[in-house]
Amino acid sequence: MKNMVEIRWHGRGGQGAKTAALLFADSAMSSGKFIQAFPEYGPERMGAPVQSFDRLSDEPITLHCGITSPDIVVILDPTLMATVDTTAGVKDDGVIIINTALSPAQIRKEMGIKGKKIFTIDASGISKSTLGREIPNTPMLGALIKVSKLLDIEKVLDDTKKKLEKKFRTKPELIEGNLKAIKRAYEEVKGE
Amino acid sequence: MRKLLAITGNEAIAYAMKQINPDVVAAYPITPATEIVQIFSQYAADGEVNTEFVAVESEHSAMSATIGASAAGSRAMTATSSQGLALMWEMLYIASALRLPIVMPEVNRSLSAPINIHADHSDTMGARDSGWIQIYCENAQEAYDSLIQAVRIAEECLLPIMVTIDGFIISHAMEGVETFEDKDVQNFIGKYKPAHPLLDINHPITIGAIDFNDYYFEHKRSQIEAMNKVEPVILKIAQEFNKTFGRSYGLFEEYMMQDAETAIVVIGSTAGTAKVAVNNLRKQGKKVGLLRLRVFRPFPAEKLSKALSNLKAVAVLDRSTGLNAYAGPVCTEVASSLYTNSEKKPKILNYIYGLGGRDIFVEDIENVYKDLEKVVKTGRTENLINYIGVRE
Amino acid sequence: MSEEKKKGWKELPIGATLEAGTAKEYKTGDWRNIRPVWNKEKCIQCLRCWIYCPDSSIILKDGKVAGIDLDHCKGCGICSEECPVKPVKAITMVSEKQSK
Repeated sequence: MKNMVEIRWHGRGGQGAKTAALLFADSAMSSGKFIQAFPEYGPERMGAPVQSFDRLSDEPITLHCGITSPDIVVILDPTLMATVDTTAGVKDDGVIIINTALSPAQIRKEMGIKGKKIFTIDASGISKSTLGREIPNTPMLGALIKVSKLLDIEKVLDDTKKKLEKKFRTKPELIEGNLKAIKRAYEEVKGE
Repeated sequence: MRKLLAITGNEAIAYAMKQINPDVVAAYPITPATEIVQIFSQYAADGEVNTEFVAVESEHSAMSATIGASAAGSRAMTATSSQGLALMWEMLYIASALRLPIVMPEVNRSLSAPINIHADHSDTMGARDSGWIQIYCENAQEAYDSLIQAVRIAEECLLPIMVTIDGFIISHAMEGVETFEDKDVQNFIGKYKPAHPLLDINHPITIGAIDFNDYYFEHKRSQIEAMNKVEPVILKIAQEFNKTFGRSYGLFEEYMMQDAETAIVVIGSTAGTAKVAVNNLRKQGKKVGLLRLRVFRPFPAEKLSKALSNLKAVAVLDRSTGLNAYAGPVCTEVASSLYTNSEKKPKILNYIYGLGGRDIFVEDIENVYKDLEKVVKTGRTENLINYIGVRE
Repeated sequence: MSEEKKKGWKELPIGATLEAGTAKEYKTGDWRNIRPVWNKEKCIQCLRCWIYCPDSSIILKDGKVAGIDLDHCKGCGICSEECPVKPVKAITMVSEKQSK
């Protein structure tokens, strides 16, 4: 791992972009990393484009400015790519992970993306089949773990299970569903 | 056992408040400090603290109720931000003049208008002469640590204290925060023994009596003296904290200052970003340093001017504007203290930055060091007041 | 009247916290230019004067009016105004000069 990895999440208000960034950082900390996770705050409205961010490092992080050139971009909603510059500032060797049933090559052609590494995963489809509704953030977490190689999937699943057990004490089906979603996305994410 | 938690600045503060377990918390929610009060009220509702939580109808009432609770002899806390602090205005002066050891986390946010919920220091800078001790924190860990120390500082000095973090940048950002055990925090802060509790009916007292022109000045003079005595108390308690918990704090933090020729003085979260700029420039062989001011009230004039006196040029970064005061509030104090305390007088530049949450990046800070280098080379400062990141 | 020596700032109590009941030491009786005169024979012990007096200057003894605290009475006349005894009230206001 290089000194610091910066991640930007794109989603719509209500899709869980903030929660995903916090969950990822939390898991990273449990794996011994120094972390930061923060949302971009503005007028918060359901459906409006939102961003959230992660910083991971092997050393303490003192930076407190925003992230402008992320190493990895995670896009929870592919329709955002038409209206928001989701690849802004991404380095040439940067990684983009998109929630879509299309292949990386198809998305590259459709959106006219040059350079960068594209990965796709049908996170919406996975969440519909494992959770019964469309909450793409946890499956995207699985895809990010696979692509970034920053964290150990077994450790994250274990860690997430403990956290969800606290959060969903009365809804055990959500715990199993979320864990399955992370695992499936980890296995099914496709690169070019 | 100590626990490393991935929590936001607000969560860290609420957690510290839970461990402090004050007798009374009276508060009104305001962005971006809402979570502190919200999380704490949940602790109170769940019986995790013994606190009497008073949900009031405004910040003026929040501070009034906290003053009442503190005067009654309880350990009393509140939390606020921005307009909320502004609404507390008249009560702030009463809290300090009555010498009540109230502890108040404050989340720095700009003041209206225009309405803006993001970070700058206009709110607490406006209260800088209200007789409150002010500690500005760089990150969530420091906020947690400082709040625990603040209880001791306030109660030993009999003065109210505000501990601040930058809105959203720290309040809503998740970081790793090492927390202590409840009992260790309780042991450190100790039991509060109020000197003259109003509720001690065997020793009835009068609080808040009127002074005419024959006594008001004397009471203010004694209040000034109380502030004069704060510095050694902060250092003593910081030392004890370091011994107990293993993290060291001072009136200010010197970063790469030993052989520095130019330096930046800054408060709050921007100091962390500036450290990265210093590291970058040091790799290029530049003799640059950073002084992060932590305790702004009482202003550590003597020690600060000593720390800066050997520099050739210094840039003071202000996250608020005096709106045509001679310079930003931090710069004005730094310049005054250098003028009167030091034979050597480095050139001074003032930078107003980050108003209303405008972001400041490593490159912005590197550019300030470049400006300082130019000043050293030419011996001339073009403008005292400069702006970072504002569109022309 | 000799001026009492005023205290310097170092001698003042912290936060201007004082003992309770300092008003007792502050004799406001010399503000008065008319004073209440209580007539024990006429008084019906209704205690209205005691209830209404804003300066707690009606002295009670065993639950009965026993006199007036002239060290603190400012001479507002409320006691006399509220006295229900007719046709001549049990408390009447007389000029300070006249009373001397």
